[in-house]
Amino acid sequence: MSAIVQVKSLSKSFGSLKAVQDLSFSVERSDIYGFLGQNGAGKSTTIRMLLTLIRPSGGEIELFGLNLKTHRREILQQVGAVIERPDLYKYLSGIENLSLFAKMNQVDFSRKRMMEQLELVGLADRAESRVKTYSQGMKQRLGIAVALVHDPQLIILDEPTNGLDPQGIADMRNLIMHLCHHMDKTVIVSSHLLSEIEQIATRMIIIDHGSKVVEGRVDELVDPAKTVVELETTDSEKTRNYLTSSPWQKVVTGFDEQKVLLQMHREQIPALNYDLVQQGIGVLSLQTKNSLENYFLHVTAGKQHVGTFAN
Amino acid sequence: MLALLQIELFKIFRRPRTYISFAAIAAMVLIVQVALKADGVSYLEFLMGGMKDSIEIPYKLVLNGYLVCFIILNLLLIHVPLLVALVAGDSIAGEANMGTLRLLLTRPVSRTRFMLIKFTACVIYTVMLLIWMALLSLVLSIWLFGTNDMIITRNDVVEQIQRSDILWRYIAAFAYAAVALTTVAALAFLLSIFAENSIGPIVSTISIVIVFTILSEMQIPIYDQTIKPFLFTSHMLAWKGFFYSKSNGEGEAIAGSIENLPAIMKSMSVLLTYIFLFVGSAVVIFNRKDILT
Repeated sequence: MSAIVQVKSLSKSFGSLKAVQDLSFSVERSDIYGFLGQNGAGKSTTIRMLLTLIRPSGGEIELFGLNLKTHRREILQQVGAVIERPDLYKYLSGIENLSLFAKMNQVDFSRKRMMEQLELVGLADRAESRVKTYSQGMKQRLGIAVALVHDPQLIILDEPTNGLDPQGIADMRNLIMHLCHHMDKTVIVSSHLLSEIEQIATRMIIIDHGSKVVEGRVDELVDPAKTVVELETTDSEKTRNYLTSSPWQKVVTGFDEQKVLLQMHREQIPALNYDLVQQGIGVLSLQTKNSLENYFLHVTAGKQHVGTFAN
Repeated sequence: MLALLQIELFKIFRRPRTYISFAAIAAMVLIVQVALKADGVSYLEFLMGGMKDSIEIPYKLVLNGYLVCFIILNLLLIHVPLLVALVAGDSIAGEANMGTLRLLLTRPVSRTRFMLIKFTACVIYTVMLLIWMALLSLVLSIWLFGTNDMIITRNDVVEQIQRSDILWRYIAAFAYAAVALTTVAALAFLLSIFAENSIGPIVSTISIVIVFTILSEMQIPIYDQTIKPFLFTSHMLAWKGFFYSKSNGEGEAIAGSIENLPAIMKSMSVLLTYIFLFVGSAVVIFNRKDILT
């Protein structure tokens, strides 16, 4: 695997505020690279530094093996981005917006090619409509089309699911996976929707207060054998007694008044449900909690939240 | 470079607000023309003041297209900078406000080139606005009022410019006005990089132009040498100099002459210096700016 993005000791200060501190990470070819962090953790600042919108205070950024500072133009020809909101010219139509950015990138902006791009994001039938008439999801998809218009190798998406409804989020997820798996693109995606990242990312980084907390393969960092399960029953006292005196006691991580928290393999859930019913305990709910979410909360300040169950 | 300029012009001329300035100029010029067509003689009598008692003035001949254009330019050229600020002030701040600035700056175009293209588009808009004004105020006035020698008054002296000696003066005056308005565009362009919506730079530019114009017009001797020569507004009306001819021994205007060309060129060089300073500063500052919008 070759690194497409190599960030070394990157830092950025705004006055006395250190937004990013000594941050290093690498993104490899064909990765879907999840960029995670709480609000204000420094995700957007880092992404903007990758796109030369913000000047770093220190450190180095290399993309495609070239220094960003000295090879900005060559590098940006290979990068497409949607940063936060997909703001485009609302008084122009979708195809006019797309043609405009294709022209800027000095690539073929023929109508045929523009329509192909719009087809890819499902907007061909609204090509002539003004962007001000688009829904948020359509704007987001047009933003992606603009990011792809010059056929870049690397696509950077900063919060691409912001403002989207569940169908829009699913469409975006499928589109990102299509880009990576069928078009051989490398994608960096930041999102606060951890379940989305968990479903699509191959590698990820978590940053907190501008510094790296952890980086690696998602399947290695988030152990599928450690799914967190939240259990609610008709008789919490009886449940507590049974679980602490049975082989299930090994997977119990905490209790509160009504609920029990367990960490176990997903495949064990039917057996747990069966055992409880056999004991005459009615199961009101058995909810798996997102494992990346738990991991994220664990390695960031949010680990306090998990601890509320762990007495 | 040309493709990028086409994109900028396409964006400017696809926005409805761009045409506000063209509509405003058309309205103002037409209002003046209609008024002069209806009762131009009274207006000329007012302009001539006490002179109308000492010389006989053939008002119908004097009130021709060339003079009407001169009157319109005198009335309007002071206000056109405000219209130029509408587009130049919106140039960068408007993109920041729409959120498109960050998208544009992630394209493989250097910020210096980006800024120079943006400014060039503002200059083209300014020149087009002036051409529009020239078409309406000169061509339409000639069509409505005909042509004849042009009479202008200066320091209670009446000067007559021959009909055949006028058109080139208008071309020169409009060219000078283009430089003057470009100075205002450059100021608005500079202020535009500091704001995230276009209201701020537009209002700031208009305010600066108004304050500087007041200072330029104030008759206070101490300001004449200390402040006025350095204000760009003091040099914006130098286009009038193209209509002041040298005179021969009999007091007649010499065709093709300009009374004080060096003064006009000096004023133009001051304006060009301001344009260079404003645009140069905008490029340098913008190159160092973090885009946080």
